[in-house]
Amino acid sequence: MKSAPFKYYVPSEIDEALELLYQLGDEAKILAGGQSLVPMLNYRLLSPANLLDINRVSELKRYSLTDEGLKIGAGVRQREIELSPEIELAFPVLHQALTNVAHVQIRNRGTICGSLAHADSAAELPSVMVALGAQMVIRSGVGDRAVKAEEFFKFHLTSDLEPAEILTEVHVPKLPAKTVGAFEEVTRRKGDFALVGAALLGQWDANGQIQNCRIVCSGVAPVPLRLRFAEDIVNGTDLSDQVLVNVQQSVMDSLDPTEDIHTSSHYRKIVTGVVVRRGLSRLVDQRGAANGSR
Amino acid sequence: MAVDESRADPVEDKSWISVTINGSKQDYLVEQRLSLADFIRNQVGLKGTHLGCEHGSCGACTVIIDDRAVRSCLMFAVQSDGSSIETVEGLAIDGVLSPLQESFQANHALQCGFCTSGFLMSLVARLREGPIDTESEAREALSGNICRCTGYSGMVAAILEQSNSIQGIKENS
Repeated sequence: MKSAPFKYYVPSEIDEALELLYQLGDEAKILAGGQSLVPMLNYRLLSPANLLDINRVSELKRYSLTDEGLKIGAGVRQREIELSPEIELAFPVLHQALTNVAHVQIRNRGTICGSLAHADSAAELPSVMVALGAQMVIRSGVGDRAVKAEEFFKFHLTSDLEPAEILTEVHVPKLPAKTVGAFEEVTRRKGDFALVGAALLGQWDANGQIQNCRIVCSGVAPVPLRLRFAEDIVNGTDLSDQVLVNVQQSVMDSLDPTEDIHTSSHYRKIVTGVVVRRGLSRLVDQRGAANGSR
Repeated sequence: MAVDESRADPVEDKSWISVTINGSKQDYLVEQRLSLADFIRNQVGLKGTHLGCEHGSCGACTVIIDDRAVRSCLMFAVQSDGSSIETVEGLAIDGVLSPLQESFQANHALQCGFCTSGFLMSLVARLREGPIDTESEAREALSGNICRCTGYSGMVAAILEQSNSIQGIKENS
């Protein structure tokens, strides 16, 4: 349970990090919070020749909340975002999801961007970022590019990142007025990866109907799965009990979730229906608040 | 470019770090792949930090770094350069247990004790953020650590007793 030897690099500037990564290519892994990478090193599931520690790059340790939205640098710890009252107010669904990420001891080290780059299909943050319509800012020695969260996740533990690229920042656009949201999950033990998680967003219109609903699930597919068929069922409805029953049934009828050591595909399908229904109920709970002062 | 030139050692896979451990600052030459937990135990010689799973699940190795509780098995010692580390050895002063340790003892919050140092460090960090008033808050505070012999009821009682006595001190002052 000890990491294999590696060459350790600690750049202090982003350009230095990009240059190193360009030279080392796929012989290097980026170390940020290390809460996913170090277990893999300890197990020797990975034994990269080089580790590029970006924790001393001060430029990456910043986040900002403006009229445009939230920008989170690659060095920002999950706990910092969780503890910001301004971010909780602006993006309650992100805050709720964060409180479900592992345990506080992990969130004290783990970074937002690190979890996204790791791209675990059962993790909370990827599905939330897809629901929020976030953009990934990716840099390399040859240039920068931005990728939508929905296109960033390719497969379990596989993202759109090339070996010489660093996910330097994630941008979360400001939510439209009167947006309500919820994050729900079912885990075997507190702090575990979810059997199924769901991030939901929507807006209540003046007629008391939900619009622009987004439902994105983690744990059911190799990437965060947007349930467009379920969104189509609920959009324009008042989310009555009957609608919730219909959605739950539809989710159970339509999905063919991943089967793994933790649970069967059949049980996961049932849990997904329950998690989606619970999330939608939480949107119902916020109907009054959304039509009030906010 | 690899490591700070002034601190680079002739041996390429080692780096100098300067850390404050339980209040005393010292320089160490560490192998870069050495975990913080193994560094604390084997190089500094503080054996109170225990290693259970070595992949971040059990919490036995929890220490406090710059006021935050972290898993010392999921960090490399070289990453702690410049930081302040607190371990379980820093809790008792001149052999006198800290109030939280006293509460653990009084409430039978441990049997074998293997996981205890990790629990204590998680709770010390948590109690600095504010009191724990309810059983559900206490269980939340315990949730990042695993105990496999004693169970959690004694720990819940110890935490609530501790939090009440902290509040009692504040109210009386």
